[in-house]
Amino acid sequence: MAESAGLSGPALERAYREEWSAVVATLARRLGDLQAAEDAVSEAFIAAARTWPRDGVPPKPGAWLTVTAWRKAVDQLRSRAPVSAQGLSPVLADMTAQPPDADPEEPQMADDQLGLIFACCHPALAPEVRVALTLRYVGGLTTKEIAAGFLTPEPTLAQRLVRAKRKIRDAGIRFSPPQTSELAARLPGVQGVIYLIFNEGYSASGDTELVRVDLCAEAIWLGRVLHRLVPADAESAGLLALMLLTHSHAAARVDADGHAVVLADQDRTRWDQDLITEGSALLDAAIALERPGPYQLQAAIAALHSLAPSFELTDWPQIAALYRQLARRSPSPVVEVNRAVAVGMADGPLAGLAVLAPVVRGGQLDHYGPLHVARAELLDRSGQPDLATSAWTRAIETTENGVLRDELIRRVQRRRRSSRG
Amino acid sequence: MKYALLIYAEPGAVDRPPKPVHDGIIDNWVDYTRAVKGAGVALGAEQLRPADTATTVTAGPDERLLTDGPFMETKEHLLGFYLLDVPDLDTALDWAARMPIMRYGTVEVRPVVEGTEWQKALD
Repeated sequence: MAESAGLSGPALERAYREEWSAVVATLARRLGDLQAAEDAVSEAFIAAARTWPRDGVPPKPGAWLTVTAWRKAVDQLRSRAPVSAQGLSPVLADMTAQPPDADPEEPQMADDQLGLIFACCHPALAPEVRVALTLRYVGGLTTKEIAAGFLTPEPTLAQRLVRAKRKIRDAGIRFSPPQTSELAARLPGVQGVIYLIFNEGYSASGDTELVRVDLCAEAIWLGRVLHRLVPADAESAGLLALMLLTHSHAAARVDADGHAVVLADQDRTRWDQDLITEGSALLDAAIALERPGPYQLQAAIAALHSLAPSFELTDWPQIAALYRQLARRSPSPVVEVNRAVAVGMADGPLAGLAVLAPVVRGGQLDHYGPLHVARAELLDRSGQPDLATSAWTRAIETTENGVLRDELIRRVQRRRRSSRG
Repeated sequence: MKYALLIYAEPGAVDRPPKPVHDGIIDNWVDYTRAVKGAGVALGAEQLRPADTATTVTAGPDERLLTDGPFMETKEHLLGFYLLDVPDLDTALDWAARMPIMRYGTVEVRPVVEGTEWQKALD
């Protein structure tokens, strides 16, 4: 694996984590127990660290690790299982007779990995538990890294993982992917977990850093794994495209002084063209599958932003139309806020305010900062400064992210100076 | 694996209009019971008399203490349960989601401990 491929640094670490996750997946599926799988795989990696430097890296390192971990697991079970008159328990006898298929080229391996993802994202687990399990076992992050990413004390997160592993084992959550007929119904749950991780990395409420690159990168990595495992699923491709296109702006979202920069003011030369190219190509391929969905729609919106030469020269009518489709498919006041911004740019501020009016009346998003920012901007542009002033105040009150809030305060100060001048 | 499907609802819920629910529900208990039986997964089922017929027993220092009523005063009462033997949680959840009670109440799915010493004493 790693060494033989001549990798180094982050690529090496990534290869290591990927290999680790794949072996855990294979073991977990056969043992039905994530903790036992994890323990056996740790022992196999320890054995590798001892013997590979001496004997050289085996020709198929993944297969070596899987078989070694398997032997460790069987030893462990044997030492615990009471030997009855009939000999080994049926489970153990079955296991001893059937070593797992450990060739990474085999489709079974991908199937195991998909099974692990579905177990980690099982709807019978709480959302925060799904996120932690997925990052730990599919992403291969350490408990410490995950705890830091979510600003959770490490013991709390570790406890959450222990409890989750016990529930998976004792409640009989299986490690095999759903049947083809159920796959489509279960995939949105997996996509939701990955997108949750991405958004947590992207918006990082309460943190001083606007973009915690790590969680975004992890989510993109998970998105790649999912897309590779279910290449024919348009929404999985759409999700990956959406994350790549959104992440392409990361470097421009914060200026040299650490201030947040809104889309309209971003230096577009700092956008990552490789990510934009990759994301756009993925989206085109997804759309060609003719299975539209919310991730593809959002990716299409992100692509229009990414390909626009400037904020003003963005294809706003098309973006407004895409938000309308998105609202029809999955109605939500948050989507309406975004649509209002697009309509405001396409058809003028009054049209935008008209879209926003029912959302403001609804009151559901009263604590949602972006609603008040959108409203304040539209009111300013429509020449209603007094109403705009109170909307700006509300916007600052409801923005939790410190970096974003500072940026709003600066904008309001600039606005005050220009109205006096 | 064995699972207990614990059936909960508010008293009198069945007299109120049913809530709109997803497809796939079996609309009466006879059909539901035939379905689990036909699938070969039914181990048993019981329906409990209302919670106001319950008596709760605890031990005092000198004698037993009796309380009129259920152990926990909750809005939703335990009405009964099915005991199923199915391969995994997903299958148990699917059977739970098909229960007629879905229109009125809630089902808690709990895995059952197997192979303990006390259970062997039952055989």
